[in-house]
Amino acid sequence: MIEVKNLTKQFGPKVAVDNLSLSVRKGEVLGFLGPNGAGKSTTMRMITGFLPPTSGGVTVGGDDMLEAPNLAKARIGYLPESAPLYLDMTVEGFLGFTAELRGKSGSEKKAAVDRAIETCFLQKVRRQAIDTLSKGYRHRTCLAQAIIHDPEVLILDEPTDGLDPNQKDVVRNLIREMGKTKAIIFSTHILEEVEACCSRAIIIDQGRIVADGTPQDLRRRASRAGAVHVVATGLSGGAIEKELGGLRHAARVEGSALAESFSGIVWPKPNTGAGVLAAEIYQLAGAKNLVLSELHEDQGRLDDMFRELTSGNKS
Amino acid sequence: MRNVWIVFKRELISYFTTPLAYVLIIIFCFLSLSLCLFFGGFIERGDASLSSFFYFHPWIYMIFGPAIGMRLWSEEHRMGTTELLLTMPISPWEAILGKFLAAFTVLAVTLLSTIGMVFTVLSLGEPDVGVIFSGYLGSFLVGASSIAITCAVSALTRNQITCLLVSVTICLVLTLIGFPPISDLLRSSSFLGIKLGFLADICNGVSLFWHSTEMARGLMRIQSLIYFISLIGFCLFLTSVIIRSKRA
Repeated sequence: MIEVKNLTKQFGPKVAVDNLSLSVRKGEVLGFLGPNGAGKSTTMRMITGFLPPTSGGVTVGGDDMLEAPNLAKARIGYLPESAPLYLDMTVEGFLGFTAELRGKSGSEKKAAVDRAIETCFLQKVRRQAIDTLSKGYRHRTCLAQAIIHDPEVLILDEPTDGLDPNQKDVVRNLIREMGKTKAIIFSTHILEEVEACCSRAIIIDQGRIVADGTPQDLRRRASRAGAVHVVATGLSGGAIEKELGGLRHAARVEGSALAESFSGIVWPKPNTGAGVLAAEIYQLAGAKNLVLSELHEDQGRLDDMFRELTSGNKS
Repeated sequence: MRNVWIVFKRELISYFTTPLAYVLIIIFCFLSLSLCLFFGGFIERGDASLSSFFYFHPWIYMIFGPAIGMRLWSEEHRMGTTELLLTMPISPWEAILGKFLAAFTVLAVTLLSTIGMVFTVLSLGEPDVGVIFSGYLGSFLVGASSIAITCAVSALTRNQITCLLVSVTICLVLTLIGFPPISDLLRSSSFLGIKLGFLADICNGVSLFWHSTEMARGLMRIQSLIYFISLIGFCLFLTSVIIRSKRA
């Protein structure tokens, strides 16, 4: 549905997006991750046709954004970062206006407005002026605008930013539900959100893709993934650490050794599974009369992965 | 055209749901009538004509035009709604035209609300209706030009006050260069032995004031019409260039 090819955007000498390519199919929810200033919003603005790219191109449903902008834009629903709205209008008036711009009129327009109001739970405020609404309602009004024409493609820039936990949950469920039939790209800082709703995630840093895969894939790429967490007592911490280090399948031990206990992580040797190592630790505990209060494999955490990929190279 | 209409409708409703349009209409009527009565010698003149009424219009438009037009794009930039509007399947041209026409309509409503003046002179004597028509048309075109200038300036900034000040300055310059004392000064002076009379003609030609006073006198020249229409067209074109380059 969305094809992005070698997209580059320069602001003066600064390269905001650097030769970025990606594609999103129907039924796919792509989480767009990256630190502030990584180029997420700039990329989304180019995909939606708001910013012209310095080079490269975007096609949406086969229509080129530069050559046939109106055809391409018609396929997209877009929630900009700050959820901008016309404050002097009512919710209904605003949604009616956007429905008209999307080519709907008469009963078709009314149906579209009603459907969007219902989907985004705006029934209570439909006749209220937007400048009297709370942030959560404003955000959802802007989201309603994005889905008013039931688009094939949704581009959502931080759709849950500034919402309370309940509202976040509502929006996530919406994204998951709509993701079944649409191609969705959404950006976020919240990593649990990616695990909750994305079928694929991309991490970008300094305008470049640094990781691309399912959330599970990405988690596994965290450096701790596959290591074994151990908390044990029974000997002095130093002695336990030494014993663990001497195991046949252990490559490296890291942790804090206290007088009576040890708590830390043991990495298995290459080509050795965490399970094998854990079994060996278990045997060791039996042999040395250690009490294990914790012994489990690290599943990898998205935020570890995120930090490892995007920190340390700040310009 | 449908999209122009949709944008136009929203913009016009927005003028009238906020107090802005009402305030501006009342101020315009108050200023144009009081200036005409107290400083234009409307009564002393003893003449059934609106020339003293129209004489002050370019001066009022210097502030009135920018006051109508300053929100057109500045407000969109400030609220971030430009991003919403320009990612809709409409062309920037349709948005620019719709917005301009809405401001234009506020201007038309304003001028229409001074129609009492016409009935006043009609009841006082036998004015030349053609001259009145020409005066209104001139006034209307000067107003539309100042709105178009403001439209281009407002695309540049998100701050309405900046937009107002810059637009007023541009309108002031365009008005003053055709103001008779300045034309006379140019005509009577010379620089390095060259008479500057030709400059006065050029200045008159690009001045809002000169064209409008000529039309208020009933001189509806094709040149004046071309001047106003090309000025408006140029400003709207400039707006589209600014909007495009702001995004690049």
